[in-house]
Amino acid sequence: MRRTISLALAGALALVLSAALLTRSRAADPVHPAAPSRNGNMMVTLCDGETSAEIPGVHEGERPTREQAADVARRLMDEWRRKNPGASWDDAVQVAQAVRPGETIPPERVPPPSPGVKPAPREGAAEGAHEAGETQQRGGGATAGGAGGLPAAPQGDVQSGHTYGAFSERDERIWAAETDKFVKQGHAIFHDATAVGSANAVSCDMCHPDASNTHPETYPKFQVQLGRVALLRDMINWCIQNPTRGRPLPDDDPKLKAIEAYILAQRKGTPLEYGKH
Amino acid sequence: MSKRESIETRHYAERDAFFAGLRRLSRRSFLKVAGLSAGVAAAKSLFPPHGFQLVDVADAADRPFTFAYISDTHLYPRRVNDRFVRAILKAVDDVNNLDPQPDFVLFGGDLAQLGQKEELELGAQILKAVKAPIHMMVGEHDWFLDMGDHWRQLFGPEQYSFDHKGVHFVTIMSVQEKDFWTARGMTPMERMKTVAGLDNGVQSRFEVGDAGREWLKNDLAKVDKATPLVVFSHSPLYKYYRPWNFWTEDADEVQAILQPFQNVTVIHGHTHQLLTNRIGNIHFHGMLSTAWPWPYAPEGLPKLTIQMNRADPFDQFDGCGDGTVDVIESGLVNALYNLWDRNPVTVKASYVSSGTQDRPPQTKLGSY
Repeated sequence: MRRTISLALAGALALVLSAALLTRSRAADPVHPAAPSRNGNMMVTLCDGETSAEIPGVHEGERPTREQAADVARRLMDEWRRKNPGASWDDAVQVAQAVRPGETIPPERVPPPSPGVKPAPREGAAEGAHEAGETQQRGGGATAGGAGGLPAAPQGDVQSGHTYGAFSERDERIWAAETDKFVKQGHAIFHDATAVGSANAVSCDMCHPDASNTHPETYPKFQVQLGRVALLRDMINWCIQNPTRGRPLPDDDPKLKAIEAYILAQRKGTPLEYGKH
Repeated sequence: MSKRESIETRHYAERDAFFAGLRRLSRRSFLKVAGLSAGVAAAKSLFPPHGFQLVDVADAADRPFTFAYISDTHLYPRRVNDRFVRAILKAVDDVNNLDPQPDFVLFGGDLAQLGQKEELELGAQILKAVKAPIHMMVGEHDWFLDMGDHWRQLFGPEQYSFDHKGVHFVTIMSVQEKDFWTARGMTPMERMKTVAGLDNGVQSRFEVGDAGREWLKNDLAKVDKATPLVVFSHSPLYKYYRPWNFWTEDADEVQAILQPFQNVTVIHGHTHQLLTNRIGNIHFHGMLSTAWPWPYAPEGLPKLTIQMNRADPFDQFDGCGDGTVDVIESGLVNALYNLWDRNPVTVKASYVSSGTQDRPPQTKLGSY
């Protein structure tokens, strides 16, 4: 009996592995074969596919120490920089490597100059928020302080030195524009009987101007008329089926997601009160 | 008479009673027949009964009296949408079943959804079933496809006045808009659909306009300031919420024309909700829609308004309805909101004047 189980397990494992291999081969990740070390040391290749370095004293299949790994990474980067003297880093890394007020930069940390890239001044973000706040319009997309309105940058001594979160004002603008685009798609569908699949020319905005009275902040809640707990999307689909006599959208339908995005964007700043009646 | 009988059945029953009554006329039955004849005359036509009545019931000081309203039916062609057709038919049944019958029925505008001939004619056809005489008002949904051409053909001028039992009634066209379409090269239907969207920022704001206000001034010039005045307008003649055009841009100028009159009431459509306001001596009452209720705007709601409970989306008729307006001794009005599938709510002149007396029942389910 036990033998059968382990056989079955082995079979299952083999299946999973082969599936994983298949997935890998389908994805066609880049392969960077490095020439083997003459000394039998572990070889590491940089993502440029050309630059290689070995880790002295560590053989293939062994585990380098943290210090050894950091050392080989540093050597690889130095080599890359030597080969690419004109290359520049993203704004993000410049911000991450920016010097704190009063700190002196060790010479090895001075990044190579980046032609054509203006370092991101954090005050700029605050200006941007002001502009976005003034030009915002109801119903057209994001409301005040929505994706278009960037948060003010913190003033004074600010934690730094890591790449996560070290993005520029330009990055934030791109993200805000992408988010607003999604919300605007929802706005268009919300105001278009055909797009929502209405069979009687009724569109969402006819009862819900500016998505009013959709109260997304109250979901999930027990929807008495349905006799069960409903999410906002359940009610969107209920409206599509009943007042507009359309067909409900699948949960992963981009239209449903866009409608949700538009509705939520209109209620920014409203406290969440799930279950509220 | 059973309320379940069709309009036609009741029409023919009344007609038979009328002719039977003529054959055996006593003093008592004469009065009865005279009343019925008014109903018969009204049922035949949209116009007020005149010569073919046995007696003239119009008496200059004969207050109080009642009129009813149906408003904001937003009809699409029947094959596109029968939901809104069902709703206007329900309202027509309501006003035809009023006993006693109202002196007349006001139609509050937005008969059509997109101003198309088929929509307007469908509405005209349905409203012919109303027994009482009808006074028509135009809404922006009737207007902006052909700038009112077909509506005027069907129903006559968009601004007019009449006197009834000592009250001067004025219907004004308050949903004019400054030209936003020519510069944008819009087709008539694009213009119509832009105006039809409540939260569409492209369109202009509603206004009575210079010509309309001039007409109003001239019309009121001959009216004594003590004569009660009732004004019908589609948009509220005040500034409630601009982004949704719950608004008349030149409301202040219009109010200035109305202020010299001692008792003024404005009955308006467009807002699809129980709505109450008073500015100086002018009382304002919003009308219900038969098609759908609108949420209260996020700001600007008049203090006097006691919100109607928010509507149950699972009930087509909830938050919709029609209503009656009782013109009382003073010439002011008590407005009854006949909310379908709910208890009716009356907003009395005494409440609007005082803000405290005869307060309508409190809201249980307010806006989110």
